[in-house]
Amino acid sequence: MLMNGAGIIMEALHREGVEVIFGYPGGANMPIYDVLYDHPVRHILMRHEENACFAAEGYARSTGKVGVCFATSGPGATNLVTGLVDALMDSIPVVAITGQVPRAMIGRDAFQEADVFGITRSTTKHNYLVKDVNDLARTIHEAFHIASTGRPGPVLIDVTKDVQNAKAAYHAPGPVHLRGYKVSLEGHAGQIRRAVEMIWASQRPYVYAGGGIVTSGASAELCELAEILEAPVAETLMGLGSLASEHPYCINMLGMHGSYAANMGISDADLLIALGVRFDDRVTGRLEAFARHAKVIHVDIDPAEIGKNRSVELPIVGDLKHVLRRLNDLLGETRSTDGARNAGARRQWMDQIRDWQRQHPFSYAPSDTEIKPQYLVEMMDQFCQGRTIVAADVGQHQMWGAQYIRFNQPRLWLCSGGLGAMGFGLPAAIGAQLGNPDKPVFALVGDGGFMMSLPELSTIASYGLPIKIVVMNNGYLGMVRQWQELFNSRRYSAVELDCFPHAERLGEAFGIRARTVDKPQHLAQALREALEEPGPYLLNVKVSPEENVYPMIPSGGAVNEMILEPPQPVEAA
Amino acid sequence: MQQLISLLVENKPGALMRVTGVLSARGYNIESLTVARTLDPELSRMTIAVEVEATMRPLLIKQMQRLINVIQAVDLTDAPVVCREIMLVKVEVSDDKRAALLKEAEIFRARVVDSAPGGYTLEATGAGEKLEAFLEVLRSYGDIEVIRSGAMALPRSTRERKTSAKRETGKTSWQPSTTKKMQV
Repeated sequence: MLMNGAGIIMEALHREGVEVIFGYPGGANMPIYDVLYDHPVRHILMRHEENACFAAEGYARSTGKVGVCFATSGPGATNLVTGLVDALMDSIPVVAITGQVPRAMIGRDAFQEADVFGITRSTTKHNYLVKDVNDLARTIHEAFHIASTGRPGPVLIDVTKDVQNAKAAYHAPGPVHLRGYKVSLEGHAGQIRRAVEMIWASQRPYVYAGGGIVTSGASAELCELAEILEAPVAETLMGLGSLASEHPYCINMLGMHGSYAANMGISDADLLIALGVRFDDRVTGRLEAFARHAKVIHVDIDPAEIGKNRSVELPIVGDLKHVLRRLNDLLGETRSTDGARNAGARRQWMDQIRDWQRQHPFSYAPSDTEIKPQYLVEMMDQFCQGRTIVAADVGQHQMWGAQYIRFNQPRLWLCSGGLGAMGFGLPAAIGAQLGNPDKPVFALVGDGGFMMSLPELSTIASYGLPIKIVVMNNGYLGMVRQWQELFNSRRYSAVELDCFPHAERLGEAFGIRARTVDKPQHLAQALREALEEPGPYLLNVKVSPEENVYPMIPSGGAVNEMILEPPQPVEAA
Repeated sequence: MQQLISLLVENKPGALMRVTGVLSARGYNIESLTVARTLDPELSRMTIAVEVEATMRPLLIKQMQRLINVIQAVDLTDAPVVCREIMLVKVEVSDDKRAALLKEAEIFRARVVDSAPGGYTLEATGAGEKLEAFLEVLRSYGDIEVIRSGAMALPRSTRERKTSAKRETGKTSWQPSTTKKMQV
């Protein structure tokens, strides 16, 4: 049956199992929107293309499925770029389909023309410009394959308007075969055997678990590993929930604002079992001082991550679920023999970790008169109970959320980790809510990031999405202010956010219930009210304006040189 | 130091841009780049000469290898290779020196591809240093105009290429068979 290119696009998406699309129409993708008019797939009209990409990410991060977004040519497509880089940095599967001016007009500075194929070359895992309607179906199925396999990432398909209108038949292509793209899943058997030897030879093993565990769905395997080894597991910002926060071997987040135990632990460990991580600078601090006493086993599906920032004694390239299964089997078999050798030392090591946990848990000075931001996230944690989706924005509230809110499953904590893109939280919550219609979803945002995503209140109201928006409102761009306080002698430059809108009236304007609280005594009741509200709820929480996130590793500092409490001034780096 | 990278890439729009993007994103300047189809019309072979810190070399190769359109990326910097460059030189020469120039060209195994009253156009092939030496000689005859292809390199044999691939992985005995595409 002949259909037009737009019809082929929708047919291919349907066959990929796409259930929701986040998008924005314009001149160059009108044929697609014409097909959407009476198509069963759900389309969510976002209020900005950047937010369409963030929403697709929120959907992908919370469900594990590929997120899909649409935009028109030129400004529509360029607005996607921040979201694409965000998905690239955090390895999130997203397929973006953009309209392009007709073939005959490309390169002639046509209205709303931009070189999107060129612009998004370095912002995607792969991208396409489709200039023949007969390539369309194959390209879309290839894009889904690339986005969702190996190390996932965003793929953009730019389709000229005349191709969207051209007639052709949809032919289901066979299995995707790409000559230059092969993913190895199993991991080298000999390397895995060597890992077992290294693990049993170690006295102070330390598991450094990241987003790769979440992507691979290897949480059960990670849990088994921790229990066989009886060793501490620290999680990266992207890996929160990969091992349940309440698990006895989980020692919280490591890195710049990580726990004392996690950061002291990594500095003293003699073996680092690095799983689906990329030795990000926010984790390692000064590289030369990072995990100085440790040999490193690094398991990752992307060979280019091996040895990128830290030289590695034992690399294993493969999918974590496969590799950990094999590793756990071998460890289990040898536990009572080879594993007994250093068992005493490993027990002592875990005792030391527990001492550190007791000495310096995350802490703050409570107050009866003002809401401490840490108190807010503690209260949220009480309502979340380790099983609620929280989409965070970027900044202080994100770090406090990561420190204080428990996540007993993966795919609950959604945040822009690598790129640190403000304005991510609210649209990501929209995507997460659409992917999880029956679950409560919190958007935990700062007052700065909230103002960046303000138009999406309209989307939330329009689709009646029951998202609970919690604005941690300190009247500042808090993280920048914290750095200015600590490193720039309190010269607060362009960080004051005055004129925050009257929340109740703002909510009313959009038809969203809203409330402002500034007394600790009222907070629990307000959160309960928000959760009991069947529709969306905007909770504006005024918190202490000049609270800082601790512990903190100053930029360029070593991991074990944490600042634990308010300042002695330090040189800026 | 100068790195020599050989790539087998899919002959598709944008493939060249992706590969050079890995270098330009880090501010590296490409010394030379050659690219053309292989016997398989769907593939092209590229040779890139680029100034890169030695410590960055393995990472760059892996990041190129990661590109969807790249079938194979090999670091030939320390590998046994056949490396050649082709050069066209237009040289102005006075009538009395024409014969001497041709003698000189013979020594360097250069061929005359065009002859005109004021001079010759010569074609020479060889390693970079040989061409430099030839240019030096030609300059003594008169003004010259040059175009060079840049380095084209092939590993000496399949067997030796495997050796060089092993060397890339550094101190471990880890086999690159687990990195995708290496075996292609």
